[in-house]
Amino acid sequence: MSSSRPGISVNIASTTGAPTSREPSAPLPMRMTISKLNFFYGAKQILFDINMGIADKRVTALIGPSGCGKSTLLRTLNRMHETVNSSRLEGEILLDNQNILAQDVTAVRSRVGMVFQRPNPFPKSIFDNIAYGPRINGMKGALSEIVEKSLRHAALWEEVKDQLHKSAYELSGGQQQRLCIARALAVEPEVLLLDEPCSALDPISTAKIEELLVELKNLTTIAIVTHNMQQAARVSDFTAFLLTGQIIEFSPTPHLFTTPSDPRTEAYITGRFG
Amino acid sequence: MTDARLQWRKFVSNFMLTMTGLCALVSVSALFFILGYLLFNGGTSINWAFFTQLPKPVGETGGGMANAIVGSGKLLLAASAFGVPIGFLGGIYLAEFSGGFVASIVRYAADLLNGVPSIVIGIFAYSVVVLPFKHFSTLAGAFALGLMMIPITLRSTEEFLKAVPSNLREGAMALGASKSKTISTVIVPAAYRGILTAILLALARVAGETAPLLFTAFGNRFWTNGWTTPTASLPVMIFTYAVSPYDDWHRQAWAAGLVLLGLILIINILARTILSRGIAVPRS
Amino acid sequence: MTGSRSFLARLREGDAIARLVTFLFAASVVLITILLVYELWVNSALPRHKFGFHFFVTSVWDPILDQFGALPFIYGTVVTSAVALLIAVPLGIGAAIFLAELAPPRISDTLQFFIDLLAAVPSVIYGLLGVFIIVPLMRTVIAPTLIKTLGFLPIFRGPSYGVGFFTAGIVMAIMVIPYIISVSREVLLSVPRDQREAALALGSTRWESTWKVVVPFAKTGIMGSIFLAMARALGETMAVTMVIGNSPKIAASLFAPGYSIAAVIANEFTEATGDLYLQSLVYLGLVLFLLTFLLNGMARLLILATTQKGSKVTA
Repeated sequence: MSSSRPGISVNIASTTGAPTSREPSAPLPMRMTISKLNFFYGAKQILFDINMGIADKRVTALIGPSGCGKSTLLRTLNRMHETVNSSRLEGEILLDNQNILAQDVTAVRSRVGMVFQRPNPFPKSIFDNIAYGPRINGMKGALSEIVEKSLRHAALWEEVKDQLHKSAYELSGGQQQRLCIARALAVEPEVLLLDEPCSALDPISTAKIEELLVELKNLTTIAIVTHNMQQAARVSDFTAFLLTGQIIEFSPTPHLFTTPSDPRTEAYITGRFG
Repeated sequence: MTDARLQWRKFVSNFMLTMTGLCALVSVSALFFILGYLLFNGGTSINWAFFTQLPKPVGETGGGMANAIVGSGKLLLAASAFGVPIGFLGGIYLAEFSGGFVASIVRYAADLLNGVPSIVIGIFAYSVVVLPFKHFSTLAGAFALGLMMIPITLRSTEEFLKAVPSNLREGAMALGASKSKTISTVIVPAAYRGILTAILLALARVAGETAPLLFTAFGNRFWTNGWTTPTASLPVMIFTYAVSPYDDWHRQAWAAGLVLLGLILIINILARTILSRGIAVPRS
Repeated sequence: MTGSRSFLARLREGDAIARLVTFLFAASVVLITILLVYELWVNSALPRHKFGFHFFVTSVWDPILDQFGALPFIYGTVVTSAVALLIAVPLGIGAAIFLAELAPPRISDTLQFFIDLLAAVPSVIYGLLGVFIIVPLMRTVIAPTLIKTLGFLPIFRGPSYGVGFFTAGIVMAIMVIPYIISVSREVLLSVPRDQREAALALGSTRWESTWKVVVPFAKTGIMGSIFLAMARALGETMAVTMVIGNSPKIAASLFAPGYSIAAVIANEFTEATGDLYLQSLVYLGLVLFLLTFLLNGMARLLILATTQKGSKVTA
């Protein structure tokens, strides 16, 4: 992961127009910048004029009711939307000021990793699951070291260090998800995307992963989609609230949850809908 | 990761995509080669004589396969009369009346029967129909072919009946119809299209079978009257003529092959396109 | 009230009759299958008692001397099936990978349609093509080329008359490819989407995600499709009979004429004189039945195992 570079300051103004009142902060480097993003499945438009940044070495959360497009937005960040034939994207997505849409998709995906909603380990051993990414990318360094490092970062090492050759399917759901996190971390991505990573897990596993995320941001930039607002409040530094494909509000988390600028944001976080 | 390595990986990916595509193309092209050769070699030999004349004595050129065509027709008719009711009614039992255990035994037996090599079916038919009556017959051949139709008919009937939406079923019963009435007036009519096309597919399959006929219907160079004597059939004629040393017979074998395959393919295409508009084709 | 009671009774009676009748027909399927096994067993008693297991290791098949050994036919069946699988498995799995993973859905469905039609071509038609197209091709082109280049290997020793194990294997390969393709394609399509997505998200190329993740996931099911193809190949009669050469001899060269279990039954059954001769052929039929039974059973288990794995998520 390269060092931070001077970037654009965080745009925390609400997209509905009126600037919000809050204390000014020093400009924060942006790892990724999304500008004028419009997204379509065939003729149907899903995302409308998205403009936001993912702050370097911070956790950015995307929240909103079901169907608002938050997962769709997340998936554009590593071009996973291209697995669907009818998808179409307009606009720019910059990673370190280079448009990822113009680069080779395989290279992009080794720099922007993803953890999915349901744990999806490969039918291989724990070791081979984690070693998969490094192997295909031809990473230097002994595989066993890479595997151990990744498992430690995912807070799973102690639990599995003696069973690395066992099948990943023998782990519990929460362990499998941490395995998937370790697997994604093994290729040392600059950004890690998590799409509702805890929605299939029990509360204890969820708590473990939430702790993990707060520590992981020292390692890599994180963007997370969650339908659990309390989780977003606990874990993230910045939060974007989406509604029917538009960003309604994007501000530092404490601000969004205590003094939201937009009435719709307030309605959502107070549980009046969604 | 170096750029060179990435380029190599992309090259490998595109190369393998092409290779697997080639595999698919080669496999599919076999069908067109077969059709092409049949048309080329047999097309010119299809004439009125082929359909209307009996085979000429050995060594003489000319003649046709009228008796084989009629023979095949009789065999298929009798085979359906034997195999379809068993498959159909058995399928109704599986779908509508049975509990788990009995159903699984019947299904297992049907799958077993389906996997029996056709020559072994021929042996079975020989020992059960030919031996007791001491001669080859159309009925023996029909028995063998009918056996082969049973598993497909049974499984398809069961599948299509089960696929009928339950609200149709419930609607009829709520009106006071008995179970058997519901089945005959509501459920079977709803599923009949699928079942009929499955029967057609089963017919297409056994129409081309040769091995089971070799020692049941055996063969005949003349017309067959009735059902208890040996009869000619298209597949057996093709076999006999193809392995013979006579060029004229070879020519006729091609023609017969074209006719046989043409019919089988047409039935298949028809059946599959009708089915694909509704429910998926069950695996045969 | 007597009217409605008898009406109800009539209703129930009608149901009971329907149940009974359909049950009888369903039961007949089971009975027929049992009868089949019984007939095969009973009608092969003579050679079983006379030769026992020696039947399978003796290579003499002499009807005149009443000596019957199945080894040449077992050898021929195994060799032609092996050749067929060597050709059909790579082609078939490659094609299935293309259809399931790499081709757009409409192309995949169209090609699968043609594959289904290929599976409907009867054996005797393949035999026809074999006799008039592949046999001459083998004799004039394929065999001479192989003999010239690889003739030092015992399996490619000449001469070739066009018929033989290799030709039979080629024809059989074309016949079993559709089964490998259809089943493997279905099995590959049943692999959960998120396996592929996980591989892609780690920066895999399409081939890497297919070959290193999806195919291994479907491994057992693909094995199942191969077993299925083997079962089909074993029972293959007409096409093989027409091109194998009908010679009950064991030979090392693939160009030599040979015989298969199904072929000898087809050719000699109606000419068999004497009970021992006929029953030896039935004995062969029993062997064939058992082999296909085992292979089909294993295939079913393997395919079931994979498609069920796809629906299982966490331990």
